Amino acid sequence: MERSPLFCKRDRPGTGLVELTFFLQQMINGVALGSLYGLIAIGYTMVYGIIRLINFAHGDVMMMGCYFAYFGILMFSLPWWASFVIAMALTAVLGVMMDKGAYVPVRNAPRISALITAIGVSFLLENLGLVVFGGRPKGFPTPEMFSEVYEVAGLMFPALVVWTPLLTLLILSAVLFIIYRTKTGRAMRCISHDMETTRLMGVDVNRIISITFAVGSAAAAAGGIMWAMRYPEINPLMGIIPGFKAFVAAVLGGIGNITGAMLGGLLLGVAEIMLVALMPELAGFRDAVAFGLLILILLFRPTGLMGTKLPD
Amino acid sequence: MKMRHLVVALLVLGLAVSMPAPAFAQAKSETIKIGVFLPMTGGVAAYGQGSWQGIQFAREMKPTILGKKVELVLVDDKSDKIEAANAVTRLVEKEKVVAIIGSSISGNTMAGGPIAEKAGVPVVSPTATNPLVTQGKKYIFRVCFIDPFQGEMAAKYAYETLKKRRAALIIDKAQDYCVGLADFFEKNFTKLGGQIVAKTYCQTGDKDFTAQISAIKAKNPDVLYMPNYYTEVALAMKQAKDLGLNIPVLSGDGAQDKALIDIGKQYVEGLMFTGHFEKEAANTPLAKKFIPAYEKKYGKVGTFDVMGADAYFVLADAIERAKSTEGAKIRAALANTKNFKGISGTMTIGEDGNAIKSLVIVQVRGGDFRYVATVEPAGVAPEPKKAAPKKK
Repeated sequence: MERSPLFCKRDRPGTGLVELTFFLQQMINGVALGSLYGLIAIGYTMVYGIIRLINFAHGDVMMMGCYFAYFGILMFSLPWWASFVIAMALTAVLGVMMDKGAYVPVRNAPRISALITAIGVSFLLENLGLVVFGGRPKGFPTPEMFSEVYEVAGLMFPALVVWTPLLTLLILSAVLFIIYRTKTGRAMRCISHDMETTRLMGVDVNRIISITFAVGSAAAAAGGIMWAMRYPEINPLMGIIPGFKAFVAAVLGGIGNITGAMLGGLLLGVAEIMLVALMPELAGFRDAVAFGLLILILLFRPTGLMGTKLPD
Repeated sequence: MKMRHLVVALLVLGLAVSMPAPAFAQAKSETIKIGVFLPMTGGVAAYGQGSWQGIQFAREMKPTILGKKVELVLVDDKSDKIEAANAVTRLVEKEKVVAIIGSSISGNTMAGGPIAEKAGVPVVSPTATNPLVTQGKKYIFRVCFIDPFQGEMAAKYAYETLKKRRAALIIDKAQDYCVGLADFFEKNFTKLGGQIVAKTYCQTGDKDFTAQISAIKAKNPDVLYMPNYYTEVALAMKQAKDLGLNIPVLSGDGAQDKALIDIGKQYVEGLMFTGHFEKEAANTPLAKKFIPAYEKKYGKVGTFDVMGADAYFVLADAIERAKSTEGAKIRAALANTKNFKGISGTMTIGEDGNAIKSLVIVQVRGGDFRYVATVEPAGVAPEPKKAAPKKK
């Protein structure tokens, strides 16, 4: 078959409208993926910022959020928005239970104990998921409104590509509002600064930390649901990779810095997509991109892109 | 105090109940132990779950071999090559099984197979289709066709029936299966006169294929060959439609699980693939007995369920013909399997332990798998020596 002129243009290394469309479309793809990473990273970094705990179970909390939403829609036939809100609430409760059950007992232990506990919680949730939900993947029901596609000047915008960054911004603002504009938020910031003194000032530290877990987990559920709508396959091990990516995004942005987490996520998403788009042979290394970036940032700017000097 | 007594009583009872079990197992060699290693969790869990269900049902239909009860020992290989090797080691060394069924995918069977080969324990894989799985192996067999046949038929179908000339590929580099299939497709499609305009790669477990699809779209192909596993196929097809790539998609037998439709919903409509089995085309006596009974119990019969059951039946048949549970004798009997009428069709184990049998072309229509055509292996019977893929 004859090669179309369109094709020839694209084939020549160079420029032209096709090149531009190709590049812009890949940027859109990258932002779509990156905002998902960012959304999941917000909760991750928030918990770290306040109690200095790398919550390795965050990805699995996200997975639980997806299953809550899944069962809400399919078993109880709730409308999708109701089931999403309930899933976020249930995940928040799960986060609080996780804190009370696993992290409170090791709160005054060395930090490494809390880290190991978090890994344990992660395994617990994954295997609990395998037993309760089964290993077989399930298709996630995507509401009508999120499965539309808009086309602008040859560029394709699936609805979720528009909604996810918006939701990310919304959740980011909500979290920032809680932290900087409410009394609870002030208490959170105090705890991050000095837990002991805060306790001496009469703040109920455990309650504030519970709230932190509740908000962080609800954000994870929101991220998970957006994830599951874009990639409509849920299984009990689905949280592992997004969890890792969120961790990398959080460190990239400066762990503990919530705006940084979102930017780190975006950067990571765009970097991954561009690797696959520009060097298709290396597509298998997309996860390596994340860890490569992690190593680079730790070598050259250990506090992350937006990080300030960490208190010792 | 009463509570404590109760607990003690329960413990003693528990002990009493659990005691005879191991004693039983040791006392009699009245059972035949068959090991099974399958992906029950992880990326391709649906295959393993389906096959396991099929194997168990096949055992219910044929619970004894040589007058002895069959005991199945399942180990999960977690869709992972390293776990697969561990699983086989455990089956051979700890469980001392007489033969093994597994695994669902080529990579895992290739990881586990050599361990059983060394120990002289025959392995029958239900659905590992890569030629290298059995090549040069004496103890490894399969009840499915191999990839050169599958890839060639897909290329022929795309070129001759669909009249497509510009194909694009998405290849899962982590799977020997996908790399092999894409290779055979490419060879045959270009030999027929077609052109491969885009070759992109992914990795098992990837969720996002937008970069690959945007790159493919820029090359303007008229057919997409994506011989990956069901999750990747479903997600990629959704994203293809989202990004406005509306061309026919072809895939391999890895697409044929109901999870594909469960995940892909309306987006996988129209997908065509080369498969092992489709209900409408199954007409052996065993199929007529198995399918209705199975559907009565589980609802729907899946391809991987059937292939698992076929592996069990072929193995059972071989052990009976061997009149022994010795590895070498079972091996010889397996290698001599001729015109065995399984559920998925009539198979003869040929050179290199491969089953020679027909394949079906299946399409997703109306949210279900629909039979399109049967392709006989006559004339295209895979000759393993010639059709061996180049190792990547």
